[in-house]
Amino acid sequence: MDKYSVIGKSVPRVDAVVKVTGDAKYTADLVLPGMLYGKILRSPYPHAKILNIDASKAKKLPGVRAVIAGQDTPGKKFGRYQDDQLVFVDQLALAIDKVRYIGDEVAAVAAIDEDTAQEALDLIEVEYEELPAVFDPEEAMKPGAPRLHDHAENNVGLVLLRHFGDVEKGFAESDRIFEDRFVTQGVTHLALEPHAALANFDAAGKLTVWSSNQNPFPDRAQLARALDMPEGRIRVIKPHVGGGFGGKVEPLSHDVCAALLAMKTGRPVMIVLTREEVFTATRQRHPMIVNLKTGVRMDGTVMAKECKIIADTGAYYGVGPNVLATHGTILTLLYRTPNVKYEGILVFTNKQVCGAQRGYGNPQIRFADEQQMDMIAEALAMDPEELRIRNAVQSGDITPIRSRIVSCGYTECLQKAMAKTGCVQKRGNLPANQGIGIAGTGMSSGSKTYNKPFSSGALVELQEDGSVSLFSGGSDIGQGLNTIMAQITAELLGIGLEEIKITVADTEFTPWDQGTSSSRATMFAGNAAKLAAADARRQLFEAAAEILEASPEDLDARERKIFVKGSPGKAIPFVDAVRAYRAKRKQPLLGRGYYDPDVERPSPDGEGNISPSYSFGCDVAEVQVDTETGQVKVSKITAAHDCGFALNPMAVEGQIEGALHMGIGYALTEEFFREEGLTLNPTFLNHRMLTALDMPEIESLIVEPVDPNGPFGAKEIGEGTLVPTAAAIANAVYDAIGVRIKELPLTPERVLTALEKKGGRE
Amino acid sequence: MKQPIELKVNGESYAVEVDAHRTLLEVLRENLGLTGAKEGCDLGTCGACTVLSDGKAVLSCLTLAVDSQGKEITTVEGLAKDGKLHPLQQNFVDHGAIQCGFCTSGMVLSAKAMLGESPKPTAEEVKRGISGNLCRCTGYTKIVEAVMATVNMGTDLESVPTKGGQNG
Repeated sequence: MDKYSVIGKSVPRVDAVVKVTGDAKYTADLVLPGMLYGKILRSPYPHAKILNIDASKAKKLPGVRAVIAGQDTPGKKFGRYQDDQLVFVDQLALAIDKVRYIGDEVAAVAAIDEDTAQEALDLIEVEYEELPAVFDPEEAMKPGAPRLHDHAENNVGLVLLRHFGDVEKGFAESDRIFEDRFVTQGVTHLALEPHAALANFDAAGKLTVWSSNQNPFPDRAQLARALDMPEGRIRVIKPHVGGGFGGKVEPLSHDVCAALLAMKTGRPVMIVLTREEVFTATRQRHPMIVNLKTGVRMDGTVMAKECKIIADTGAYYGVGPNVLATHGTILTLLYRTPNVKYEGILVFTNKQVCGAQRGYGNPQIRFADEQQMDMIAEALAMDPEELRIRNAVQSGDITPIRSRIVSCGYTECLQKAMAKTGCVQKRGNLPANQGIGIAGTGMSSGSKTYNKPFSSGALVELQEDGSVSLFSGGSDIGQGLNTIMAQITAELLGIGLEEIKITVADTEFTPWDQGTSSSRATMFAGNAAKLAAADARRQLFEAAAEILEASPEDLDARERKIFVKGSPGKAIPFVDAVRAYRAKRKQPLLGRGYYDPDVERPSPDGEGNISPSYSFGCDVAEVQVDTETGQVKVSKITAAHDCGFALNPMAVEGQIEGALHMGIGYALTEEFFREEGLTLNPTFLNHRMLTALDMPEIESLIVEPVDPNGPFGAKEIGEGTLVPTAAAIANAVYDAIGVRIKELPLTPERVLTALEKKGGRE
Repeated sequence: MKQPIELKVNGESYAVEVDAHRTLLEVLRENLGLTGAKEGCDLGTCGACTVLSDGKAVLSCLTLAVDSQGKEITTVEGLAKDGKLHPLQQNFVDHGAIQCGFCTSGMVLSAKAMLGESPKPTAEEVKRGISGNLCRCTGYTKIVEAVMATVNMGTDLESVPTKGGQNG
């Protein structure tokens, strides 16, 4: 008999049927009686003072119910930070005196239908005084550059300095030193569902917001800040969400405006962003300039790393300070590095704001570090895999910034990928213009960079009919968390998946959960569900033990029965045990779970173990380069990922395959084109999102070093796989055509330019 | 100015009054309450709004409702019969082809239209057949697997529901 009945199996997800039939309701599918439709007026200028806003004509348009501008809001700033970081809280629902990018929110309208709301926007007259703008982060840092914020001299929003060990000594002790500059681009999340919010304000003063978000509880706190209302009067509900990838981590202006318009009109207000708005006025991945210096001994031992990053955060902080802080962890996570120095500079420019995106700064760092590792290996005449394995972190390591590596399958991932792909033998030996490349990844399973509390709660109720209700604040945004929590609960209670009823992500009915970000969901919400189910199981076993005349610790649960271990005949049905508990104790049978691990927010020096565990992996990319057109075609990616125990292997594969879609797009095609701050390609087509025809063969290798902290040993899987993809492809391109491209994406232009520099086309 | 039209959707007739510029997607979602078709871009670039018109896949965000009169429109809500999922739907479920689900209805309907024209496609042809439908979650891998599993069942897709799939 299998050790487990429900976990470790590739069961279909619990919400698959409602999704495949069209029953599943996403925010934009909801309708309330009397609902109005909201639209937002945005700045057409990258940088301007607002001199006057005249909404009188808009207000007179039949069907318009409300028009608001900055002065009609509480004027309170919001942002995803704690009270000791208020300096970073700089976002207004609607601009008050100044706009800082094309798309900055200026006014909002509620009307009886979308067409009327749109027409009303055209009738709002805004008088601007244009200001000089700056778009390039290095230009923005120069003296005399146009300044976005009074508090940020030279547009520098934050400088983070970290120094562990002694890099000067480390470089002095190195035989070879490598120094390179890498540049990465901004990309957007490309979730299929546009952001949407529906707000209802009732006569008793209670606000309810349905929002396509990743974390209702932190969103509630931010709404409270922006609306100047107590959190207790706000309820946030997350309906089905059509993908987030970090883009729905922060509440945005439309969430607040829907609430303000609902409060002003007394009617429910729905705001659904257009795809163009999602492209131009939500979040994007930070474009970065990464200057990386690494010192090594001749045997390949890494002695020191110095990294200087310029991160372009756009017009406001967003989560930029946290992305920058997370780099400290990322930089030292993969390779043992005794001496590390890190300088991160966050720069404001007149562009849309950058935020969280799958990987959270990690893809940028790995694009640099994983290419430089290959360059070092070549210079030392080593295989890149050998260099990586020589320096790889191992289980039990504590990194310089005090990340505790409780389980690590990095070396195993590298070895498995090598064995599967033959990359060592293939490198340098493939037919002309074909290449193979490897790159590694490390990722937290939740990172406590700022959110407090950084915990997850769950409740389980065993009901009279033998079914089980699970209440969790965790946010399934498509990745499959509900299924994972249901599998965990069903396993512990010995019942079927179909008997679990899930209520999730509603701040009124479900326990606190910090939400889906930083790959924390399985680790945190999964552990909370496990603790709650275990608590219910303990109580159930006490009741069953009385009937079975056995000791509770001798009992087990499986196939809807509670039985004495070793004597399966001595059993009672699960439902009978539940009824007996309720009848005898005259109480509902409730299990409570709260997962709040001993992890630390980084100290001012950047030290701290931010996560209960870390996962590791690598991608091996096989490419073919057309030297006439410069086009890179990826023929196969083999991804080995250490996700701990795979609670649902099919879901793990799904995460890997989806991550690679994002990773390959980041490597080859996706980018913003802008002119003077105006986005020229705000469409899927022109942002060049990969279609089914563009995807290579994918092979997933699941490496399972069972993690001591994860639920049944599981850890992160959602983000890590895309982190090394761009570097793996760049390394493969180098193998194919001998040019090292240090700027993303690897477009035909960049490939051809690099080939020409190398000495003409081949 | 609104005009009365009659739409036949999932075998039922609906009499509605719509402005001439209203898209089929808007009318399906707002007038008929059929929200399975999604608006992902409103530009015809993502495929989330795909429905069938006389068996052919159309982008309902680029189709005027008034032009859909006299056609047999099928939305994702019309696929399951007698409480049983269509084999394509069942294979999407069983093969893990659904994550966030926002592309799913369009994806299933594009696949259905493709199989209607070419019942025995290769995996490469399946990729081509769904290449107008974008998905950010799955890398398309398991979607192609689900469609190929349906193809390999070799049964009449209009009538035979099945469990299908290897997982469970």
